[in-house]
Amino acid sequence: MQPTFTSSRILLPVRPWFIYLTLIGAAVANCLPTAYWPGMPDWVALVLCFWSIRESRRAGMGWGFVLGLLMDVADGAVLGQHCFAYVLLAYTATSLSKRILWFPLVQQALQVLPLLLATQLMQALMRLLVGADLPGWGYLVGPFVATALWIPATFLLLLPQYQPVEQDPNRPI
Amino acid sequence: MAGIDHAPPPFFKRGPAPLALLTFYIAVSLAIFVVDLRFKSLELMRQSVALVVDPVQRVAQMPGSLVDNLGQFLEGLQTLKRENDQLKHNQLSTAPNLQRLAHLEAENERLRQLLGVKEREKANGQVAHIMYTARDPFSRKVIVDKGQQANITPGQPAIDEAGIVGQVTRVFPFSAEVTLITDKDQVVPVQIVRNGQRSVLFGLGNGQLELRYIPANADVQEGDMLVTSGLDGVYLAGFPVAKVVKIERDSAYSFARIFCVPLAGVENFSELMILDPRQPLPPAPPEASARPNGPAGGKRVRKGN
Repeated sequence: MQPTFTSSRILLPVRPWFIYLTLIGAAVANCLPTAYWPGMPDWVALVLCFWSIRESRRAGMGWGFVLGLLMDVADGAVLGQHCFAYVLLAYTATSLSKRILWFPLVQQALQVLPLLLATQLMQALMRLLVGADLPGWGYLVGPFVATALWIPATFLLLLPQYQPVEQDPNRPI
Repeated sequence: MAGIDHAPPPFFKRGPAPLALLTFYIAVSLAIFVVDLRFKSLELMRQSVALVVDPVQRVAQMPGSLVDNLGQFLEGLQTLKRENDQLKHNQLSTAPNLQRLAHLEAENERLRQLLGVKEREKANGQVAHIMYTARDPFSRKVIVDKGQQANITPGQPAIDEAGIVGQVTRVFPFSAEVTLITDKDQVVPVQIVRNGQRSVLFGLGNGQLELRYIPANADVQEGDMLVTSGLDGVYLAGFPVAKVVKIERDSAYSFARIFCVPLAGVENFSELMILDPRQPLPPAPPEASARPNGPAGGKRVRKGN
């Protein structure tokens, strides 16, 4: 697989345990005290979206559901709130993956923004319907920050696949 | 690491179609959302997931508490000494009241016995440490480090040194969730200290509280202190709750809009005291079944039975 479909560079195959490790790591990152800072992105949504686009057969709706349940309990939210949003995100990202991977990274980020924004809005909508108040516009800053982090996240998450077993200057892998 | 190429997609074992999976997961998510919100019957599921999540949360909070500890360490001897002196001074200034309190409580108890009135309940409890704020941006809750293993049960009130902070709403094996009184629609029955008028205090969700259902011409002033009235069977009577800061009287509405701020350091990180649950209130007297509104109504009721 290539970094994008237009790239001439070929990546190593992904290791499944790396996918699972980063997904769980994202859930732990959401539990860090930094989550109280304004404008912090939802790491699980970002990483889940990334792997749903790239490796939809390994990470998808099932992981979205399980991680959503974990985040619901960890945040003290209503059960099912994150599940719903993450499952929807994984499905949409998977179905759009063939399209998104044709674009260069900056345009990929622009295509991912509506998905992440919808994930956040979906949760707000669910809670507003049952009588909560909007927590302020700072709540919607997170997806924009996550979008800005799409390029570094792509680089970091693909880093193990950039490491060839043997270096060959004539065949860049 | 067999090779560069990827495994081809399986031809025969494809599993359920994505749309079917999506429908299934969405249905389950919405079902547990509604059940958790309306029927509150998923606490066991939440507790079992919390068994996995709780240790992770504690470890994840450690960098923050390490920084805090380092700050305290660097704060220096001078500050600590000053604080210590201040505390000693405070203790001494409250000593006369405290020393007489035991005497007054005994006297009060004796007089109540003489009058044949039920004795006042004593406020006992256990100190808990706030570990972190719940991250759900739609509600105001904190997590404390005592749970089922310390016999905490849902409904117990939590106070700090200045007044009521909130109420335990969920209990996990090693932690508990305290909903603050400023949470939206969290309710505390209160009365005004100055004139004893009773009302209900609602959280607004933005750090303020609102005293509702008070007529526009009622005797409420800015600066009035509100204490718990104890009518709900949850909070003991007489704990300070809030102070009135702003009153909007609009003749278009029959009720005044009265805004209050909590007295306790509700939004601060500190220690909490979780009070023991109150003894259950005596059962309410049964409502009169027959209404005095005419024989016809009475007959209909009897026929129905």
